[in-house]
Amino acid sequence: MRKTLTTEAQSHHSGKPAGLPANSVGIVEPKSHTFPGPFKLACGRVLDEYTLVYETYGKLNADKSNGVLICHALSGHHHAAGYHSASDKRPGWWDHYIGPGKPIDTNRFFVVALNNLGGCHGSTGPTSINPETGKPWGADFPPLRARDWVHSQAQLADLLGIQQWAAVVGGSLGGMQAMRWSLEYPERLRHCVVIASAMKLSAQNIAFNETARQAITSDPDFRDGRYLEEDTLPRHGLAVARMIGHITYLSDDGLGKKFGRELRSGTFEQGVEELVEFQVQSYLRYQGDSFSGSFDPNTYILMTRALDYFDLAREYDDDPVAAFSHARSKFLLVSFTSDWRFAPERSREIADALMHANVPVTYAEVESPMGHDAFLLPNARYENIFAAYMNNVARELADSARAEVVQ
Amino acid sequence: MMRKDLDIIHNWVPAQSRVLDLGCGDGALLARLASEKQVSGYGVEIDPEEIQKCVERGVNVVEQNLDNGLKNFADHSFDTVLMTQALQTLRFPHLVVEEMLRVGRECIITFPNFGQWKARWHLAFSGRMPVSDLLPYEWYDTPNIHFCTFKDFEVLCREHNWKILHRQAVSESPVSGVLKDFLPNLFGETAIYHLTR
Repeated sequence: MRKTLTTEAQSHHSGKPAGLPANSVGIVEPKSHTFPGPFKLACGRVLDEYTLVYETYGKLNADKSNGVLICHALSGHHHAAGYHSASDKRPGWWDHYIGPGKPIDTNRFFVVALNNLGGCHGSTGPTSINPETGKPWGADFPPLRARDWVHSQAQLADLLGIQQWAAVVGGSLGGMQAMRWSLEYPERLRHCVVIASAMKLSAQNIAFNETARQAITSDPDFRDGRYLEEDTLPRHGLAVARMIGHITYLSDDGLGKKFGRELRSGTFEQGVEELVEFQVQSYLRYQGDSFSGSFDPNTYILMTRALDYFDLAREYDDDPVAAFSHARSKFLLVSFTSDWRFAPERSREIADALMHANVPVTYAEVESPMGHDAFLLPNARYENIFAAYMNNVARELADSARAEVVQ
Repeated sequence: MMRKDLDIIHNWVPAQSRVLDLGCGDGALLARLASEKQVSGYGVEIDPEEIQKCVERGVNVVEQNLDNGLKNFADHSFDTVLMTQALQTLRFPHLVVEEMLRVGRECIITFPNFGQWKARWHLAFSGRMPVSDLLPYEWYDTPNIHFCTFKDFEVLCREHNWKILHRQAVSESPVSGVLKDFLPNLFGETAIYHLTR
């Protein structure tokens, strides 16, 4: 009993329970808000209302200028940093980069992370009840595009009283949302941070996504997407989809270094019949299985489609320079050398278009053997560049606040 | 400490113009041009440490290998294209200068003058490739793979019909400082050329 009290006293002192890392945002609690509709989607359909689940870290300053929006990627959600309880084993998905003293420094920024519309972590999506039928939406949930997310995120900004984000930040599909923000609401963000992203998917990217979707829809338990109503779950299909995705997130080199041809079980000894399992097989299966237990297959299909549909310059005569000439924010772009899903070339195209449009941009090509996943992982150079850039963002905010006081 | 060659470039770049700085290093020149002459533009750099310094200064910098060319930049998309002390590190310096004059209306190039008396002295009397404060590398392990002299560069300009708007020799030592104006190829440590087509 006494011991518990001591722990509480310590936790009060440090602002977070003992045992959590000092540079963690600590224990965080998701919030949720239901926005009244009608909310018109890019596909033409209308949602009567929708709910977004989100988390915030750090404090919003008096002039509400220090907001940073985190846009998540394919399988992400609102839990980007910190822990949900003291016994939580793993922090949020971008905890390496969000927290006190980290590149997105919660001592200086008010960070907002949400689960996108169509998600399966509490925001309105295929697992929600369709008010018209009283049953889960399932495959009937409207297809979404990045701009739908951006528009709903803008409503979240309104709710929080944030007229202009200090920065909108995202990796991969999140980077696409950040870029879309810079065109849809040019005045509502000062900086746009786009990591390991692209202005549109390549045919190869789409091919991988389609194979993943086929794995899900061809699972007999998929039931045309009505598996919730029929009380089944295409777990195997989703696991295979995740395995395919996972291969594309890693590099040949990265997989080779991590697993090589190491065996988990079995033998090649002559005269011994024992089935061989490579370490990489078991690793991929574990990734697939753990994912399929926590993610909704229809959401996976919806998210991969949104990726496929994204084309930044489609409505600007397919001219990225014309598109970016509408942007008013400054840009930081980062790519990773071994990323073949969103290769450095894709980021260079963004940098070139921004330069032609005379938009301020900084671009770094970070050496990493970790493939596309590198954007989530620790990497000294990535951290340094990111931190230096965000430091400028914070300094700029302080400068403009001072300038306003003088005026 | 700002290098003398950077002071001269500062004077040649028009205020409020659009500048591309190839091999921009730590971004000091661009930062100065931005704050003192309201110049906008980008640096291009390949060294991660220098890129980090640029970001810390708030200079726009794009990671790119100049040896892969400037194909990603449109014709005349900048008023001035700069390149300080990087010409001698390039695989094909003449092609890069051609490209600079395509991308910019004008270009300003600085390079170490290999015809300077110290280099000549070193080669003549020690019989070995010059190693100095300015060029501190051994021949087998140096980023500087294409040395030239003032005269060599003049010939290159003539052969390619590049128009020389200004030329200037710079020297850090006071004695050479006076003599460089009369005998630039012998006393200039750094050559600065302002070119157009």
